Amino acid sequence: MQKRLAAGRVLPGFGMTMGMTVSFISLMVLIPMAALALEASRIGWDGFWRTVTDSRILAGFRVSFGCAFAAALINSVFGLILAWVLVRCPFPGRRLMEGLIELPFALPTAVAGIALTTLYSGKGWIGSLFAPYGIHIAYAPAGIVIALTFITLPFAVRTTQPALEQLDPQYEEAGRVLGASGRRIFRRIVLPELMPAVLTGFGLSFARGLGEYGSVVFIAGNMPYVTEIAPLLIMGKLESFAYGEATAVALVMLVTSFAVMLVINRIQARASGFAGNV
Amino acid sequence: MKTKAILALTLFLFLPLAGPGVHRAAAVEISNISYDPTREFYERYNPLFKQHWKAKTGEEVSIVQSHAGSGAQARAVIEGNRADVVTLALAWDISAIERAGLIKAGWQARLPWNSSPYTSTIVFLVRKGNPKGLKDWGDLAKEGVGIITPNPKTSGGARWNYLAAWAWGDKAFKGDVKAVRDFMGKLFRNVLVLDSGARGSTNTFVRNGQGDVLLAWENEAYLAIAERKDEFEIVAPSLSVLAEPPVTVVDEVVDKRGTRAVAEEYLKHLYSDEAQRLAGKNHYRPGNPEIRKEFASTFKLDITLISIDDPLFGGWETVQKLHFSDGGIFDSLYAR
Repeated sequence: MQKRLAAGRVLPGFGMTMGMTVSFISLMVLIPMAALALEASRIGWDGFWRTVTDSRILAGFRVSFGCAFAAALINSVFGLILAWVLVRCPFPGRRLMEGLIELPFALPTAVAGIALTTLYSGKGWIGSLFAPYGIHIAYAPAGIVIALTFITLPFAVRTTQPALEQLDPQYEEAGRVLGASGRRIFRRIVLPELMPAVLTGFGLSFARGLGEYGSVVFIAGNMPYVTEIAPLLIMGKLESFAYGEATAVALVMLVTSFAVMLVINRIQARASGFAGNV
Repeated sequence: MKTKAILALTLFLFLPLAGPGVHRAAAVEISNISYDPTREFYERYNPLFKQHWKAKTGEEVSIVQSHAGSGAQARAVIEGNRADVVTLALAWDISAIERAGLIKAGWQARLPWNSSPYTSTIVFLVRKGNPKGLKDWGDLAKEGVGIITPNPKTSGGARWNYLAAWAWGDKAFKGDVKAVRDFMGKLFRNVLVLDSGARGSTNTFVRNGQGDVLLAWENEAYLAIAERKDEFEIVAPSLSVLAEPPVTVVDEVVDKRGTRAVAEEYLKHLYSDEAQRLAGKNHYRPGNPEIRKEFASTFKLDITLISIDDPLFGGWETVQKLHFSDGGIFDSLYAR
């Protein structure tokens, strides 16, 4: 069996590439993760449990997960629209727009945080429009969502774009010829095709937003129970040299986002299976 | 053959990433690992020292300086960031490096004044005209006052803010710990934004217009005033802390690199008259009492300043454990 498989392999270099993959993943991902788990295990099960169920830590998880979820949702919708415009509507300056979308990747996150705070604080250009109505954006959960939306936008656009490029407009035309309404074409033809890509974008945005620290600490206000994110709580623990407790919080975030990614992968596999049958 | 070439190329590309950076064979180089607000001061001090070292030994010396939060810098040094000298915000952070075995015990007695060539304190920065009439720590706990301070958990400077308020409370309530805790609780309930570092707080207060009062390092407050003279003023409370940011050489590093002589001289020269005056000009209180008097018109020199070694606090180790550790008094102010 083994022999037949090896002989039947069309592409050469399996041994080498597999070896490289395994050692690279071990070096860059698995070993650091194992070190994390080891460090957390030092405080024992009791310590671990006490740390991660502390009311302030739980509030931090709520803020982090809630805001990352909201930002990923916003990006899934607007990322799709943006990708649609970029792929389907040729307009002057499209190349420039393409480049702009990647800007959040290139910008140091602290710079993004400070710039967004300046804009959205009660004195800023945008914030001052809302302040008279008692709506605060910076130094409130809304500010966190905005920072995360900014940081993770490229994920959403860049994952849906290739899927859109491959989507043949003929399907939509066929639908239209057969008398389907625009909404129906979108729901029954376009969306199922794009769903796997949108989900991937959602997952990536969510996971990235969960761990984001640099930009959020500037705009959040960092008030315990309200706008204090979990990564900041980790920093606080590191500063008091409580490494075990810090890694315990980190581990919970890691496991949760891993679980979210797994679930998304499963849904995605089913969605693409479904789309493949159409 | 091709594989080997690719491997060699990859190795070559990644090689510069390994090890502590490329070595230049030129003059002696020392690195000064410091904290955020000293950037301007050391930028001006380094040329001064270069001249001094050249005059003394005829050698050239170049200095690399690095600035970030004090605690983060201490951790970086412990984890192997090469530092010939450390000039941090708190003796506590240097003690952490000492416990890691890189600095010899008793380092704080190696140079005069607890190894702190300059000191600072915590003051209030308020908006012009002081509309809320904030004069002293007691006023900060009143209803409707918005305070901006960094988080004592993540910022060295913020620990001084907290301790200054505590010291005032201790005096005002004659050592009644429960009353002091209540006061601290009220004060921190008035905090609008808990930034992660001192510069972040300054930004929040000065540029984004949040809050009525910023609890700040004296030198940061003066920097803000220098930038926007007619928007802010400084209020010195009746009582504050004597913040001593200590300096020392990292024994393990200088002995290995053979830079002890120049590193020690770098710190010793901070005590010279010219460096002391430079510290004063950069809004640090010079350690030398004679030179400090020259700046009597700048600094309010008659505030009562409580040192960390005062029996009230009993040194960093005690304070850290009691107030700022995981689940300590600071955490309990926010506990629900």
